[in-house]
Amino acid sequence: MTRSFDVLVVGAGPAGIAAAVCAADEGREVAIVDENPHPGGQIWRIGRENTEHGKVVGDAEVWMRRLDRTSVQSFLGWHIFDAPAPKVLRAAWGPEVAELHFKSLIIATGARERLLPFPGWTLPNVLGAGGLQALVKAGLPIRGKRVVVAGTGPLLIAVAVYLRQKGADVVALCEQASTSNLLKFGIGLLGQPTKLADAVRFGWQSRGIPLRTSCWPTAALGRDKLERVALNDNGRAVEIEADYLACGFHLVPNCQLVSLVGCVLDGSYVRVDEFQQTTVADVFSAGETTGVGGVEAALVEGQIAGLTAAGARQKAASLLKERNATRRFTRLLDRTYALNPDLRRLPASDTIVCRCEDVSMKAVQGNASWREAKLQSRVGMGACQGRICGAACEFLFGWGMESVRPPIQPVPVGSLIGTRAENF
Amino acid sequence: MGHLVTGQGSTYDVVVVGAGIVGAACAHFLTREGLRVAVLEKGIVGGGATAAGMGHLVAMDDSPAQLALTKLSLQLWRGLLEELPASAEYRETGTLWIATDEEEMAEVRRKYGLYSSMGLACEVLDGEALAKAESELRRPLAGALRVLGDGVVYPPVVAQFLLREVAERGALFTGRSVSSIEGNVITLGDGTRISTGYVVNAAGCSAVDLTSGFVMRKRKGHLIITDRYPGFLRHQVVELGYLKSAHSVTADSVAFNLQPRATGQILIGSSRQYEDEGAAVDDDIVRKMVERACAYMPGVARLSALRIWTGFRAATPDKLPLIGPSPGNPKVLLATGHEGLGITTSMATAQLITDMLLGRSSPIAREPYLPSRMNYEAAHA
Amino acid sequence: MPEFILVLVNEVPVRVERGSTVAVALFVAGVPARRSVNGSPRSPVCGMGVCMECRAEVDGVLHSRTCQIVCEPNMQVRTQ
Ligand SMILES: Cc1cc2nc3c(=O)[nH]c(=O)nc-3n(C[C@H](O)[C@H](O)[C@H](O)COP(=O)(O)OP(=O)(O)OC[C@H]3O[C@@H](n4cnc5c(N)ncnc54)[C@H](O)[C@@H]3O)c2cc1C
Ligand SMILES: Cc1cc2nc3c(=O)[nH]c(=O)nc-3n(C[C@H](O)[C@H](O)[C@H](O)COP(=O)(O)OP(=O)(O)OC[C@H]3O[C@@H](n4cnc5c(N)ncnc54)[C@H](O)[C@@H]3O)c2cc1C
Repeated sequence: MTRSFDVLVVGAGPAGIAAAVCAADEGREVAIVDENPHPGGQIWRIGRENTEHGKVVGDAEVWMRRLDRTSVQSFLGWHIFDAPAPKVLRAAWGPEVAELHFKSLIIATGARERLLPFPGWTLPNVLGAGGLQALVKAGLPIRGKRVVVAGTGPLLIAVAVYLRQKGADVVALCEQASTSNLLKFGIGLLGQPTKLADAVRFGWQSRGIPLRTSCWPTAALGRDKLERVALNDNGRAVEIEADYLACGFHLVPNCQLVSLVGCVLDGSYVRVDEFQQTTVADVFSAGETTGVGGVEAALVEGQIAGLTAAGARQKAASLLKERNATRRFTRLLDRTYALNPDLRRLPASDTIVCRCEDVSMKAVQGNASWREAKLQSRVGMGACQGRICGAACEFLFGWGMESVRPPIQPVPVGSLIGTRAENF
Repeated sequence: MGHLVTGQGSTYDVVVVGAGIVGAACAHFLTREGLRVAVLEKGIVGGGATAAGMGHLVAMDDSPAQLALTKLSLQLWRGLLEELPASAEYRETGTLWIATDEEEMAEVRRKYGLYSSMGLACEVLDGEALAKAESELRRPLAGALRVLGDGVVYPPVVAQFLLREVAERGALFTGRSVSSIEGNVITLGDGTRISTGYVVNAAGCSAVDLTSGFVMRKRKGHLIITDRYPGFLRHQVVELGYLKSAHSVTADSVAFNLQPRATGQILIGSSRQYEDEGAAVDDDIVRKMVERACAYMPGVARLSALRIWTGFRAATPDKLPLIGPSPGNPKVLLATGHEGLGITTSMATAQLITDMLLGRSSPIAREPYLPSRMNYEAAHA
Repeated sequence: MPEFILVLVNEVPVRVERGSTVAVALFVAGVPARRSVNGSPRSPVCGMGVCMECRAEVDGVLHSRTCQIVCEPNMQVRTQ
């Protein structure tokens, strides 16, 4: 299947949806692709249910409804795996393959959680914080289960509140950042009324959830699956019984696709100008790929990208001020949730670092670079191609990740060339 | 690790430039003979062509000289197996050379005769036996030659392993680029000068930048690796037409070449291209490779592909490597130009280089690989 | 009222809410999605298609990312 669009949007989270809606409202032919079967991205994903906590649903509903009213073509459950030529992407859905041609491309592939290795983190029922939330949204029954939410970042509170609303018993909420950092964060929010309101609302909703700051898991314990979580709570060792450990250390951007199409990165983020234009002509990026700044940043960046891609640069310009405010929030987040260097000592020498290939800390340690570690130990060579262990090693060893290679998600060999397996 | 001594005092008997499999093997052999060896590598160990190659250890008979070199190499590999760490992923897979028709079966029989006469264990399989040996192959096929002693390794780990003793008894310097070699003096990128007894130029495709007087071209290759499918494939399987592909001197070519990794992964080869010196994956080549692979083994199309990468083979005009003194500078020995066989032939290369430096004779004739032949070729081209 | 469907996990019927992903069915069945390279049990981690820990055989396709696939009635899921 080959299809052509004026504007192709990859990622159906807030940034992608806003981009698609704005470009469509300008009369462009638009398609939006997301590998998840449900739209909404990490925060708005609806799946089987439509109403969730407070204001987020407000925004979500507004934008989802706007999306429904446009003529945007949705490719849900399709993942982009290759950019075989300029202005063409290849997408797969099971054994099906589509070639999507575009005049402009907007990459809004968001972020994933940073997961850090510690003894026992590979036990079943130890998940990412957003990971457990996503699975509950996808139908996992959580009522009555004891959950420890841990790691760092504003996501933790949102996850804890959500899980409790779903009937989970959140037995601890462990934030590695210190109380003083969190207080500074609160003060920083004073200049950001909507964020402050969010914080107050979450503060209210999270009352009763036992929050521990300067606290992180040191081990997940259990035989065949998680039974207990060992914590370092302000230097004290504590153990808590739990059915699930939901542990994520803030977010890292998903820059595989921007890299694949040749966009220049600054550190781990893609470089964009004020109109969200990357260094590659007609390729834009919006949302967490440009900086982890939350849903407001994503929405405004998405709108700017969508309008600019559709040729409505004037309209886009009117949003620039709003975007600059969200930039300040991004920097505030980075400062507040900076990882405590002590977390580098979490993995023991036999702790698995690369989950795909079962490569231990001791095999990875002692190499001089990510590439050397990869070649000598197979770290990052498995199915996730370093998405999990690469981001961990970035923190543990300060290694930069390398450029990507197609396919950016595994696909059947036949799909590499756009042919279904049974046609050989 | 030792330290570089600059100026007059030459601490090392031999300095090897390049820590690919060829440089590593040379350094290893020389160290075992008691020489003090330093290795200079501009990047990391085994990070060049050695990180990109399939690691098929294979007897090849494009020419008598090639067969002699690969055969000696396989013997030397066998001597090393005991010591190799498990992460070197050695497996004696054997090779199946697949014949699609009677004409190719005639070639199978010719090859059988030749290999047997050389003492290489092999057998002829008819179509039925072939289908039993590899059940995923398309049917019917005419048959195959099964070469039993061929195997598979993971080359970057082998290179690292070979350099262990070298680093202990001599020195290994990574992240140090050589910018020129004059006489027996090496100048590094940062201006450091080192004098030594002899230099082995094992800089792979870059060897031509350091030693003049010969030509080599880069021959690009693509490979595709899949997720793990233990039991899907047992042998390295290669179409007989591979010979035509490997040996065509001009056009881009693609041949069916499939390898079972120790991990259960399948490595899909292989392509050959001149004139493309960029590392980017070429969609057109991938298409041809996949079509070719699926023409022989349709089930490959269903396997989950994880990554495609490219690498460069250092190709000489006569398809034989350059092993021996550089015609312009007798203090420099070349060890490069192995094209698509450098993993295999690193061993015999190291043996010949060591014999030359120690003034010994070698188990095979060295003349076919001497760099001096290139000038001869150039004059007669 | 939520509607439920049945899928087969290692031949055992498992009841999940319609719209649930296959990864959810694995949790409900109480089986690990896969055995790692060294044979240790693993269950889904990221829930968003990047960690690959949820890979299982779905309707005959090995290494399927179960967190990205919605359950269909009588789907055949086999852990790897
Ligand atoms: C036998 C064998 C088995 C292997 N098995 C696996 C496996 O199971 N999984 C796996 O992931 N890999 C596997 N590899 C591949 C290996 O990790 C590297 O991918 C391989 O070394 C080639 O890498 P690369 O070209 O992608 O470059 P990398 O190793 O990724 O990096 C090489 C250098 O080239 C640069 N580079 C990379 N891409 C480009 C580009 N498009 N354009 C310009 N420069 C670029 C990089 O910046 C880097 O500096 C295997 C290799 C071998 C030899
Ligand atoms: C796709 C593909 C498949 C292949 N399959 C096989 C196979 O199945 N079997 C087989 O036997 N062979 C195979 N080969 C061939 C094999 O990979 C090469 O012949 C072999 O790796 C060459 O090793 P080398 O040490 O000469 O080169 P390299 O591995 O390239 O090493 C050269 C080293 O020199 C260093 N260097 C370069 N310049 C300098 C400098 N100025 N100063 C310091 N250091 C320098 C480089 O950084 C590099 O590390 C394949 C090759 C490709 C591309």
